[in-house]
Amino acid sequence: MAGIFKNCITSCCTKKPLVVEDMATNGKLIHIDDAIDGLKKLLSEKDDLHAVAAAKIKQLTAELEGADAGEFNPVERIRDGFARFKKEKYETNPTLYGELAKGQSPKFLVFACADSRVCPSHILDFQPGEAFVVRNIANMVPPYDTIKHSGAGAAIEYAVLHLKVENIVVIGHSCCGGIKGLMSIPDDGTTASDFIEQWVKIGLPAKSKVKADHNDLEHSDLCTKCEKEAVNVSLGNLLTYPFVREAVVNKKLSLKGAHYDFVNGSFDLWNLDFGISSSLI
Amino acid sequence: MFQEHQEHINMSKYFNEEAIEQAKTPRKEEEAEDTIQTNLDKITVSQETELSPAFDPIQRINNGFKHFKINEFNKYPDYYRELAEKQEPKFLMFACSDSRVSPTNILNLRPGEAFMARNIANMVPEFNQLKHAGVGAIIEYAILALKVEVILVIGHSRCGGIGRLISLPDEETSYDFIDDWVKIGETAKAKVLAEHPHASGEELQTLVEKESVMNSLGNLLSYPYVRSGIADKKLKLLGGYYDFVCGNFQTFEVDDIKPTTNIQE
Repeated sequence: MAGIFKNCITSCCTKKPLVVEDMATNGKLIHIDDAIDGLKKLLSEKDDLHAVAAAKIKQLTAELEGADAGEFNPVERIRDGFARFKKEKYETNPTLYGELAKGQSPKFLVFACADSRVCPSHILDFQPGEAFVVRNIANMVPPYDTIKHSGAGAAIEYAVLHLKVENIVVIGHSCCGGIKGLMSIPDDGTTASDFIEQWVKIGLPAKSKVKADHNDLEHSDLCTKCEKEAVNVSLGNLLTYPFVREAVVNKKLSLKGAHYDFVNGSFDLWNLDFGISSSLI
Repeated sequence: MFQEHQEHINMSKYFNEEAIEQAKTPRKEEEAEDTIQTNLDKITVSQETELSPAFDPIQRINNGFKHFKINEFNKYPDYYRELAEKQEPKFLMFACSDSRVSPTNILNLRPGEAFMARNIANMVPEFNQLKHAGVGAIIEYAILALKVEVILVIGHSRCGGIGRLISLPDEETSYDFIDDWVKIGETAKAKVLAEHPHASGEELQTLVEKESVMNSLGNLLSYPYVRSGIADKKLKLLGGYYDFVCGNFQTFEVDDIKPTTNIQE
């Protein structure tokens, strides 16, 4: 994924770029402050350029405002993105993509948050074929419930029974809006949203535990603890699926929890150890 | 076709379903025999590797994160510092959980660009607070909290979930969850069968995959925040279809049943 930052400057960036390409300096990037200083210097030396400069600056300002307003073209973004993938990956790896077209055999089922900053393809460099991925608010695995949670159940069922994945990894992350929402639900349990709070309540046992164990911590530190504890709740919920239990007990499947901290740039990984011993008496 | 699928589902308990599916519906007549042989080899191989695992998942995860940290996170600290403060994705995307169709890979997305929902067969069910809180929460958060501008639903070729939908009803095998979930696409399947009564195999599969995307886009309209977003011209709905057999990607506008762009070369 090299070259991402360059792409960031040139196509539909949400932030205004501070550095601009300058044709005159042979494509070398110059800073906006330097460009303005250069113009000021020139104008202080040449009075007769003032009127011309004023008109051009007005035009440039209008252009930049207009460009900003209509900048985002989603269809173009999709088209350009796919073209790049096709050229750099798809066409350069015909054997891999030929095999993948016939079938997938990923080793991982991954639960990750829908947050735009935590895609497993980015943070763990997963390539096509490696990981069957479920993404939802706050990377929750709900307990077995054929009425309320058919979505998660279907993904786990398919991954474990059909694809026979060997590992399930549940990845929490820093600054998770869903966990913040969970921590903000008032003690009497009243909710204001249609879905969000009801969904994140899957993690309620984590909230209770964290508040009981660490009631002296700051709100943001509590949230971090809850992000990790909610992963453990999800791992426990995985065991409510009989096909998961069976595969784990038969040592065909391992369950792991993880936490990606994008403030500090770190990644934690831990096991859930679960087994059933032989008869004790 | 129903007969074929009965056999196929029974065997699927023991073998890789995808391989069987491929063997039953070969792309070209002359390749049929070769394909079946290759896939049987693949099944045998995959069973053998279970006994002698050379794959270390911990190492894979560790190496993956290191790669990201060195080549991305440490290389562009300003970018990631800003992102850590807040996300402002313009897209909400729905994609299948299939390991081959991550939008990050196939659309070359950067961190921060797309809020992402991934589930079996990239389904968007209708507004339902009892049965579909998961998807509801994603849509609610994406629109009300993040104010995304575009919702893109991406379907894809050789989708196992759509394959299962097409094979229903199945008297022999039932699942706890899969069938109820894929039936979200039931109206799409009915529409295709009505309009193309003689379609079968791969052609039928492709038609239902695409129609299911349109069905999901329609279901988005059952969410009030989606409706008001569209009415206020703050939100746009798009469909996409990734064909990884041919290597192309089509996009669809909601009020348009024809693709707007078709990436061939």
